[in-house]
Amino acid sequence: MNDQTPTSAQRAEALQGMGCRRKRVEDIRFVQGKGNYVDDLKLPGMLYGDLVRSPHAHARVKKIDTSKAAAVPGVVAVITAETLKTVNLAWMPTLAGDVQMVLADGKVLFQNQEVAFVIAESREAAADGVDLVEVEYEQLPCNVDPLKAMAADAPVIREDIKDKKEGAHGPRKHYNHVFSWAAGDKAATDAAFAKAEVTIKELIVYPRVHPCPLETCQCVASFDKIKGELTLWGTFQAPHVIRTVGSLISKIPEHKIHVIAPDIGGGFGNKVGAYSGYICAIVASIVTGRPVKWVEDRIENLSTTAFARDFHMETEIACTKDGKVLGLRCYTIADHGAFDACANATKWPAGLFSIISGSYDFPVAHCLVDGVYTNKAPGGVAYRCSFRVTEAAYAVERAMDIMAQKLGMDPAEFRLKNLIRREQFPYTSAFGWQYDSGDYHTALNKAVETVGYRKLREEQKAKQEAFRRGETREVMGIGVAFFTEIVGAGPSRNCDILGIAMFDSAEIRIHPTGTGICRLGTKSQGQGHETTYAQIIASELGIAADNITVEEGNTDTAPYGLGTYGSRSTPVSGAATAMACRKIKAKAQMIAAYMLEVHDDDLEWDIDRFRVKGNPERHKTMTELAWAAYHEVPPGMEPGLEAVNYYDPPNFTFPFGAYICVVDIDVDTGESKVRRFYALDDCGTRINPMIIEGQIHGGLTEAFGIAMGQEIHYDADGNVTTASLMDYFLPTAVETPRWETDWTTTPSPHHPIGAKGVGESPNVGGVPCFSNAVNDAFKFLGSTHIQMPHDAWRTWSAAEKLGLHG
Amino acid sequence: MAKSQISLSVNGKTVEALVEPRTLLIHFLREQLMLTGPHIGCETSHCGACTVDLDGKSVKSCTMFAVQANGADVRTIEGMAAADGSLHVLQEAFREMHGLQCGFCTPGMITRAYRLLQENPSPSEDEIRMGISGNLCRCTGYQNIVKAIQYAAAKISGVPFREAAE
Amino acid sequence: MIPGAFTYHRPTSVAEAVGLLTDLGEDARPLAGGHSLIPMMKLRLATPAHLIDLAGLKDLKGVSTDGNDVVIGAMTTQHELIGNDLLAGKVPLLREVSLMIADPQVRYVGTLGGNVANGDPGNDMPAVMMCLGATYEVAGKGGKRRIAAREFYQGAYFTALEPGEIVTAIRIPAPPAGHGCAYEKLKRKVGDYATAAAAVVLTTSGGRVASCSIGLTNVAETPLWAEEAARILNGSALDVATVKKAVAAAEAITSPASDRRGTPQYRTKMAGVMLTRALARAKSRAGS
Repeated sequence: MNDQTPTSAQRAEALQGMGCRRKRVEDIRFVQGKGNYVDDLKLPGMLYGDLVRSPHAHARVKKIDTSKAAAVPGVVAVITAETLKTVNLAWMPTLAGDVQMVLADGKVLFQNQEVAFVIAESREAAADGVDLVEVEYEQLPCNVDPLKAMAADAPVIREDIKDKKEGAHGPRKHYNHVFSWAAGDKAATDAAFAKAEVTIKELIVYPRVHPCPLETCQCVASFDKIKGELTLWGTFQAPHVIRTVGSLISKIPEHKIHVIAPDIGGGFGNKVGAYSGYICAIVASIVTGRPVKWVEDRIENLSTTAFARDFHMETEIACTKDGKVLGLRCYTIADHGAFDACANATKWPAGLFSIISGSYDFPVAHCLVDGVYTNKAPGGVAYRCSFRVTEAAYAVERAMDIMAQKLGMDPAEFRLKNLIRREQFPYTSAFGWQYDSGDYHTALNKAVETVGYRKLREEQKAKQEAFRRGETREVMGIGVAFFTEIVGAGPSRNCDILGIAMFDSAEIRIHPTGTGICRLGTKSQGQGHETTYAQIIASELGIAADNITVEEGNTDTAPYGLGTYGSRSTPVSGAATAMACRKIKAKAQMIAAYMLEVHDDDLEWDIDRFRVKGNPERHKTMTELAWAAYHEVPPGMEPGLEAVNYYDPPNFTFPFGAYICVVDIDVDTGESKVRRFYALDDCGTRINPMIIEGQIHGGLTEAFGIAMGQEIHYDADGNVTTASLMDYFLPTAVETPRWETDWTTTPSPHHPIGAKGVGESPNVGGVPCFSNAVNDAFKFLGSTHIQMPHDAWRTWSAAEKLGLHG
Repeated sequence: MAKSQISLSVNGKTVEALVEPRTLLIHFLREQLMLTGPHIGCETSHCGACTVDLDGKSVKSCTMFAVQANGADVRTIEGMAAADGSLHVLQEAFREMHGLQCGFCTPGMITRAYRLLQENPSPSEDEIRMGISGNLCRCTGYQNIVKAIQYAAAKISGVPFREAAE
Repeated sequence: MIPGAFTYHRPTSVAEAVGLLTDLGEDARPLAGGHSLIPMMKLRLATPAHLIDLAGLKDLKGVSTDGNDVVIGAMTTQHELIGNDLLAGKVPLLREVSLMIADPQVRYVGTLGGNVANGDPGNDMPAVMMCLGATYEVAGKGGKRRIAAREFYQGAYFTALEPGEIVTAIRIPAPPAGHGCAYEKLKRKVGDYATAAAAVVLTTSGGRVASCSIGLTNVAETPLWAEEAARILNGSALDVATVKKAVAAAEAITSPASDRRGTPQYRTKMAGVMLTRALARAKSRAGS
């Protein structure tokens, strides 16, 4: 050892392992415009597909005349449901146990529903063909109000299952009913409410919104007639699931289907399920023998692909008069659109909604969800929701604020009084979830301290008095939100998608020269997996992150996985990565012992090497051991240095956070300006703080959009009025607030590296924080609940109702 | 439909091509010239993912026909790096400041940021935000994009970059 | 996403452009910046068989003066307006309005002519031109003529232009030195059309309004010149009561569409709020 020998700190730093702000690997190609997205793909002989869509929300399809379209020069074929019936694909199964029309089969059930697929030599010819398909419709009365879906005279949406009394999730109580799902203890909860001193009840609506990633959904399908094999490139957050489902419905054997998800321009849950365009492109490729590309445009994306939310939640809290919560009750009508295509785990038709008791020590609780069909697009689970966690968090956080107001208590104080205490962990909620770890009071107190909450309340009080005196036309709101979310789906006893358990995987191979490759069953759409998984490996194996290639998305080479959504990658594949590393490390240790002629137990790990205890100069680095693995293994041991792990998580993980927002509202225009937004997140072990911050910024910006103006709105005739970016509110850099991020770290005790996942937290906590802030601004004038979105005209209308415009 | 002959300069190279009048500039760039850097995110001219630099102007290439670009000098993200392959300071800056996640808005964003800094070499934060208001991003929340542009502006001007505390 | 097919023409003179538009009639549309027309073509809401690109008409560019008038070529872009020092000095209202139109990319390409001639009630410049008392110079097969902005707008997408005519220039009488002006635009986000907007140009004398002109954007099928509201303010000190009366008169001529920007009731009220704020700002900028 001499001055040139790197210190252990230097060696650790050189690895760029967990905890450092490693610059992203994927950026190198993205900043040069060399990403590889689906629409960048151009194959020889490739055709283009485009969809004919229904202008009506509910109608019979009397006739489809494709002759003029077929005559357009360049149009090769036009497919309708009749064509698909010949291969039994006019309908496809959904992830939620329902069936969905691929192309209109006698009826259309929502505006812009797919009716026919035109295949042509060029985009232009396909578009011209779409224009010339003539469809004769007979309009039917429609219903887009979920609260009216189960009326006795409601229009029948699903004639195909009209008389079916049993659905995929149990009995159906009405022809427009999808499922009933309940959790918790109804009797005990009702009893608690009956005796409670104070109760509140509010219909809290989380409107229909849409994840709207910047890249729309698209695919290229290429069926090789000679080999009988299908290659499918697509925007797939769960490529293996697409392969398995694709095989089941097309009857092409699974080993002859190659699904490749290349770079994806944002997913946010929009790209989990299968869409008509994918199926039509596959059939078109089989029929024509040529590759077929389908790329939807933005209006198609917003009006027909997986929407999010549309939960109408009648939420109640029971409390003692000095502010101790006694019970929570919630009845929800869930609008599923025309088909139940929700991307939930099989046993959970309402996802993980029963996280609705949130971060509070409710002794009893009960929730009941009724799913209904309406003449709207299918979907429901998307947009950083962790399977309905966003809906649950919004309901409980608004309800807690409403209760605090009724009690005359400060919202932060009321929460501190009821948060689950550190000593109570692991905590079993009234719904049976075992929250593995948490330190909620520390987090909320840190948030309150950091923003100077007391001073803000004083300022607010002064401003309220000034408003009353007519000195200002601005009101100030302070929003508090505390959330616990449940992510990392999930344990096989709880979670499966169409029967496939929700484990995930990592396969790591170290090459002779000490670098390696890791392939996983997850699929990044911007989360930086190529960078972060390598950091885990660097810390576990002592190989520099720069020396590990990370690959996802090719189903031929990646081990089976359930994909990336619901913040599951780190909890599940991150764990698999660590476990695979530990197998490799164990083997490396045996090789080292053999080379150093000591017993395994005589060795200790030192950042990037095994060294002999008490004699550190005798060591073998992982690089040396990699080389040795290929020629100098102990007798009886297989050569090579690789491992695969399929990780079945023992539990979900429970990231949490405390968010505080200050908003100033112009009463005369209804415009809100976010003055400050502070977000404290606890995601357990922090693998790359830079990437975590980026996730929080992005999620909060989505939450801001949702709370302050996003809505997929239908008029009474079923027309989508917000289907383009003119009207679907995506904030620009000008509207978007500046974000302050902070953290605490409460590692997950059951996760190999203590990490919990973070991608969805900001959407879970952000929306209630914004909404609570706007609501808080008007409390002093007697307002208890103003519905989202808080766009200017609605906020103004609330002010008008309060008589503020003189 | 009769095609038109166009001739223009793209990333410093002269290009001659035959296009239908209705061929959008973005499709011409992506499909005929195989420059798949600029992307398509909408059909109503809102998102800016298709932004290119044309005759010294930031232009949404989805809202222009290729025939209108006859005789023009067009630069896309592919033309930002130097001839020897070294990245433009903006490209480095976006990486340094984590100004991208999925990468889809990035080519248009960097191309726009380039022209923004030509218009105004020392923009304030508000000027940057207004300056990129024609470019939507769904992943980053813009905060690190703003930092990236500030970093690049400082580097180009030769002044030290001081990151505002979050 | 893909427009219908069309034949592309690129005339090199106004006469040629007008000739083509007249001969081809309804099948032809002029193409200026294209940022209103091309999006409509991509949605196939507009399907012209012929596009007459005006980009080759150098005569339609530039800003000049003619006596007290400022004359702006119709093909001048918003970006060029913003950067023009002559305009900044003589008609400062224009730069303020231009900066509120769309986004940087659209402003590089979108033209003043396109913004005023389209007849889209959402465009900002029409109400501003009515407020300024501008005149549009028009060329057609029958020759040249001038149409006052205040008489130009007849309905949504309906203007006083005859078939075959194009706006070649916009002529604005420069407001007197020391005037105050403001454009207050309420919008959902940067780049959006107005929920409601008000343009005000006024002069004061001895603390009282000597002249006043008001334009309102996107609160009716056409831009509005609020003549009565302005008349009420003349001679006043812009006191609260008089402003209230003027606001009522302005609200009375609105009939906004109901869309995602808000209910008609809200938009009418916002026209009033924008007017109030524009008046205050214009007054604070006025010279005497």
